[in-house]
Amino acid sequence: MAISSAVDPSVLHERREQRLILMLLAPALLVVIGLLIVPLCWLAWQSFRQDGGFTLAHYARFVSDDVYWRTFLQTFRIAFVVTVATLLLAYPVAYVAASASRRMSILILAMVILPFWTSVLVRSYAWLILLQRRGLVNSALDGMGLIDQPLILVNNELGTVIATTHILLPFMVLPLYAAMQKIPADLMMAGSSLGGSPAHVFWRVFLPLSLPGVLAGTVLVFVLALGFYITPELLGGGRTYMVSMLVSRNIELYSEWGAASSISVVLLLCVFGIFRLASMIIPFERIMGAR
Amino acid sequence: MSQSTHAEKVGVSIRSATKMYGAFCALDHVDLEVKAGEFVSILGPSGSGKTTFLGILGGFVQPTSGAILLGERDITLEPPHKRDIGIVFQNYALFPHMNVAENVTFPLRARRIPKSGWPAKLKAALEMVELTGYGNRKIHELSGGQRQRVALARAMIFEPRLILMDEPLSALDKQLRESMQIELKHLHRKLDATIIYVTHDQREALTMSDRIAVMRKGQIVQIDTPEQLHDNPVDSFVAGFIGEATLVPVQRVDEHSVTLAGTRLVSSKPVPNTIHLFLVVQSEKITVAADGDTSGPNLLTGIVHETLYQGESIRIFLDLPGGERISVRVPSNHTGRTLMKHPGDRITVRLHPDDTVVVPQAS
Ligand SMILES: Nc1ncnc2c1ncn2[C@@H]1O[C@H](COP(=O)(O)OP(=O)(O)O)[C@@H](O)[C@H]1O
Ligand SMILES: [Mg+2]
Repeated sequence: MAISSAVDPSVLHERREQRLILMLLAPALLVVIGLLIVPLCWLAWQSFRQDGGFTLAHYARFVSDDVYWRTFLQTFRIAFVVTVATLLLAYPVAYVAASASRRMSILILAMVILPFWTSVLVRSYAWLILLQRRGLVNSALDGMGLIDQPLILVNNELGTVIATTHILLPFMVLPLYAAMQKIPADLMMAGSSLGGSPAHVFWRVFLPLSLPGVLAGTVLVFVLALGFYITPELLGGGRTYMVSMLVSRNIELYSEWGAASSISVVLLLCVFGIFRLASMIIPFERIMGAR
Repeated sequence: MSQSTHAEKVGVSIRSATKMYGAFCALDHVDLEVKAGEFVSILGPSGSGKTTFLGILGGFVQPTSGAILLGERDITLEPPHKRDIGIVFQNYALFPHMNVAENVTFPLRARRIPKSGWPAKLKAALEMVELTGYGNRKIHELSGGQRQRVALARAMIFEPRLILMDEPLSALDKQLRESMQIELKHLHRKLDATIIYVTHDQREALTMSDRIAVMRKGQIVQIDTPEQLHDNPVDSFVAGFIGEATLVPVQRVDEHSVTLAGTRLVSSKPVPNTIHLFLVVQSEKITVAADGDTSGPNLLTGIVHETLYQGESIRIFLDLPGGERISVRVPSNHTGRTLMKHPGDRITVRLHPDDTVVVPQAS
């Protein structure tokens, strides 16, 4: 039949478009497969190997060795505190940036992003200098007569939290700003014209509509904090022991690839779990700011 | 709604309201008195300052100078949430994270009205806009017309003393817009509220308003009833904005006549004493003279350029000897057909002296 042999031109066009998209994606896909998926599979495989045979010993340590679960506990605690701290600090900044004039908000965002251009190592050392016994913070407080003896701000969990919070702040500000900027200004005007005081309009309208940004920033900062390495290494003073350091010790000191792999796999599963939970509340594309 | 609406309705006085954005004057000494219960439209092209004007009334824009009085009360410095003005925004501004009922009861919650009173008010408000049973709907599940009505119910539920609407129907299609115009008009009567309605659609303003204020470049150029505005525009801007008018340059002869392409036209209204004058030719006000009928004043003869069949009427475009093109409407019935002409035909039209309106050029 004549009809069945004719192909709808729009279908052809669509196929051509799909091929083009695949070609454009190919380099990125190859990089991801070659440098991420394959090593991850190798990692997972390693975690079940010992002396050339299959074993569950590396995972058994999570139950038997209390250093393991204590490290995980401390890591999650630090990540949690850092996340709460960044949220509290970033929300007002993002709010001002989103409601300010265009030029002002560009200025604010530039200042938020600026520290990205120095390495994490440099920023961590900077905090070390600021927070040490005779550092800038202690001398200032002493000079003002607020303290009698220096506060111990560094070489502990507190130092780690302070520096990590600072380093991760942009990852909270940016998703918050993106979400707030999408809230139409006339919703606030409507809220107040209908009798809502500024506080009422904030609680009932602005805050709920900014929640996707809160969730996105929270997930991002929490997950990044879980994997932090340089900052706790420098500012923790050996008293702060995070999962990443457990991995590195296993390899550097004991060349225990199997143990290091199992820790990485467990951490990765935790991260997947967090994303899964978050996407149950808000679809993943919205967390990443696509919608 | 309850009786209290009637007791509370108040007039509005805007006294010399001015708004400067830097050196740019968005609103230039605007005066407007709106009587209690009146429906006044603010009509003007885009950028003429209508939204700025509503912003000043609503409290979102601080006037550079001037005063706003709601009844006896000076509200110039009051924040928006203390003004008791219901506003329907241009794109509805419904809260997307709340359902219909939550949106409509927002003003009650904001005003800390006891929850026991909510159901009755909500029911009445939804009934009024014919959305009974839609309380649990999400906003994104509603059509444009339904959203419009939710916005209306939300702006009315707290029985405000004044309702402002900023082009509330501009996002709707033509048919829905026309039926909503009539519904709004009925609601106005039922609520007996004072309404200030912003639009750039002159037909809408003519249909709905008790009075219309025409704005241009931040100023009110004329405020009048629809009839007055249509029949006695103050200048060429208003005349060109209202109805289906063509403005034709004419020369003044004396107090009651002008000449157009050598033809003398008599007007029963005084002709302004300035140089640049225009004859306002509304196509529904001129009539086609039957062939050979040359009785009476104000006859214009021209050549038919084009005819457009528009359903209820036929619009004939004709070129006058001076080159000006005007149009005339004939009904699409038997009478109209006997007067019908074809492109290239000579045609004679008549303008009654009462309908011969001459305006000065707008400054
Ligand atoms: N915040 C502002 N800053 C500077 N100019 C503005 C601002 N708001 C409005 N304008 C200007 O004021 C004029 C009137 O605007 P608007 O009141 O929105 O007009 P309309 O509602 O009649 O279209 C426009 O020329 C607009 O560009
Ligand atoms: Mg506008």
